[in-house]
Amino acid sequence: MTPKRRRLSIVLIGLVMLGTAAALVLTAFEDNLVFFFSPTDLQTKQISPDQRIRIGGLVEEGSWKKSEDGLVSTFRVTDLDNVIPVTYKGVLPDLFREGQGVVAEGRFAQGRFSASEVLAKHDETYMPKEVADALKKSGKWHGDEKSGGEKQ
Amino acid sequence: MIAELGHYALALALCIAVVQSTVPLYGAARRDDILMSLARPAASAQFLAILVAYGALTHGYVTSDFSILNVAQNSHSLKPVLYKISGVWGNHEGSMVLWVLILALFGFAVAAFGNNLPASLRARVLAVQGMIGVGFIGFILLTSNPFERLIPAPLDGRDLNPLLQDPGLAFHPPMLYLGYVGFSMAFSFAVAALIEGRVDPAWARWVRPWTLAAWTALTGGIALGSWWAYYELGWGGWWYWDPVENASFMPWLAGTALLHSAIVVEKRDALKSWTILLAIITFGLSLMGTFLVRSGVLTSVHAFAVDPERGLYILGLMTLAVGGALILFAMRAPSMKLGGMFQPISREGGLVMNNLLLSVATATVFIGTLYPLFLDATTGEKVSVGPPFFNAAFVPVMMPLVLLVAIGPMLAWKRGDLPGAMARLWTAAILSIAAAAFVWSLQNDVAFGPIIGFAFAGWLAGGSITEWAERIALFRVPLSTSLSRAAGLPRSAHGMTLAHLGLAIFICGAVADSFWRQEVVVNAKPGESVSIAGFELTLDRIERAQGPNYRTETAHLSVTRDGAPVTTLTPERRFYPVQQMPTTEAAIHSTFLADLYAAIGEGGDRQGWTVRVWHNPLVPWIWVGCLVMVIGGLVSLSDRRLRVGAPKRRASATPTAQAAGAD
Repeated sequence: MTPKRRRLSIVLIGLVMLGTAAALVLTAFEDNLVFFFSPTDLQTKQISPDQRIRIGGLVEEGSWKKSEDGLVSTFRVTDLDNVIPVTYKGVLPDLFREGQGVVAEGRFAQGRFSASEVLAKHDETYMPKEVADALKKSGKWHGDEKSGGEKQ
Repeated sequence: MIAELGHYALALALCIAVVQSTVPLYGAARRDDILMSLARPAASAQFLAILVAYGALTHGYVTSDFSILNVAQNSHSLKPVLYKISGVWGNHEGSMVLWVLILALFGFAVAAFGNNLPASLRARVLAVQGMIGVGFIGFILLTSNPFERLIPAPLDGRDLNPLLQDPGLAFHPPMLYLGYVGFSMAFSFAVAALIEGRVDPAWARWVRPWTLAAWTALTGGIALGSWWAYYELGWGGWWYWDPVENASFMPWLAGTALLHSAIVVEKRDALKSWTILLAIITFGLSLMGTFLVRSGVLTSVHAFAVDPERGLYILGLMTLAVGGALILFAMRAPSMKLGGMFQPISREGGLVMNNLLLSVATATVFIGTLYPLFLDATTGEKVSVGPPFFNAAFVPVMMPLVLLVAIGPMLAWKRGDLPGAMARLWTAAILSIAAAAFVWSLQNDVAFGPIIGFAFAGWLAGGSITEWAERIALFRVPLSTSLSRAAGLPRSAHGMTLAHLGLAIFICGAVADSFWRQEVVVNAKPGESVSIAGFELTLDRIERAQGPNYRTETAHLSVTRDGAPVTTLTPERRFYPVQQMPTTEAAIHSTFLADLYAAIGEGGDRQGWTVRVWHNPLVPWIWVGCLVMVIGGLVSLSDRRLRVGAPKRRASATPTAQAAGAD
């Protein structure tokens, strides 16, 4: 085998692999992309109850309640224009607070969001980028003091 | 005063780095020995200056000097000393100082041990290393000065994020940085070789130990981080395919490919351009990891407070470094001589396949991680890509690789005998089928995922052991002869077997945990109990206590199995008043076969406590597997022929050097 043919065959195998990987990636994307919506988006867009989505915003002050047995939490997520009621069964992350940013993943049906996961964060001052953007979009963004833009 | 000294030392280091990155380069082009010889003292002086700066910052932390803004914001006088020292790198500014300290340390190592390197190559390597130094020291001085004063000084500091006050995380960043920054050596050598216009086996023999050292540290760093997330966060899992995790995993994948292709350059003088390209990409991915973590452009569960502007600076540095190197590559690579010839079925062929698969795997992780960013920038739509994507796209690419890892080392260099190799792998096939059958018999209803997973792990373990056993002719010659043969094997051969075995152990743990994990969440009052996987956990009582800088509530869960007491689990919930932050301390009862994992949530005497319990089969194997990989890396590093400074360029053409090594 000449060096040229060897190189050609390596390139061909590489291309075949890349093609296979591209097919894998595309099919995986089709089933597994999780889109993000703000409470205002949810008012205007039609979302199938089967679709897994993420929502985000601030946890509305005074909206967080726990069920009798303490396992089911309900709270409202707001972008300060619209609100979505959220139900979540499970343990909320340590840094979950009213008035703070939150991102939740789950399904939206009949005006209510049932979260299967509430994203935790490691740091008080961290604000998920989606939440900051959603607040900016609703025009209620006040400065960067919570986005972590604060100087360390 | 000491802080100002540190600041000054850092500025001095920048000036030295500027000299280091220009003068030797010019000298090498002019073949001027005096100018070239400036590189070594400059690298040593740069290291010394940064060491002084780092020492000054550490001094500020240990003495709790709250007139330094960085210390005031990230430390507290009550914090234990270990976390005062590790607190230096528990924040953005300090961690960047650690980054450049390690960078300078690697430069210093070349200066100190590089006696055998040709003067021009050494000068150029150190110059490139100096350029990276200029970029990052400049970054610290311009955007993230750790020595900024705070006047008047507060009485006490704001404390370190409590999640970081943990031994696992205290050592995670330095290990990770040793890995990230370690790949800068491969990068500097690659760029220097491109400037020189030549790559030979002696070059590879220099690059290999550095890459191996970086790879070993990165493996350990990622494993420590994952272990920390597992026991400290109280979420019961160890890997989430989170952007911050992927950011460290991509350089690991590319670095693994580089490690293997460097062997081909060293042994067979082939794949030279590819290896150089891979070195550039690996370091590029390390820089991207730093960028992703520091910029906060991607929503991560592991994100700490971030600053997009600083991210932009790193993005600029990354573009400059990788872009410049790639342009140089495009100009110089075509002129590289083609090296040794080989058949498609050969050790080289196997390593080429390894590289192709690892590159494709890196690409899938890359796409999955950055696609949300791309979509946001182009359409404004916000998406996230989670574990299901990676399970569907990444795992299928890794499966053929695992098959190949057993076969590759059985093939001879240049021209291999595939049917012969397969015939010798009958033990691996038996182990693979046995593992699959065993898993089959364990299951009540048949699921193919774990069966396939364990079959692959068995194949890999069997293949690695067979290859090693053949080398020492185990059971074919008397045992004493085998043992003396084992003693005579190059250490890199043992290292390879260990690393591949570690991978097999890791696969068992990962497969078992992802298919068989169980979770139960209940609300319990003292006296109530919960059962999982045959265990019964009873909440005996909750105790409240005061720690050095926190308050704590500890649950006492007595664990029984079939009525017999097993252990008592004591998960805690802590509250750090300075940062107003609660944390969860999970309790884990670990046997070799499974972890029983408990965490408690908020609660009170009246409404009861949320208790979360997991049963995670074979999770300890994940850490053991990583540990075995790290040991494999270390054993390989201790190989006499790989020892830093040992190789002589002239030895490259001699037959001994060709015959030695992992063949």
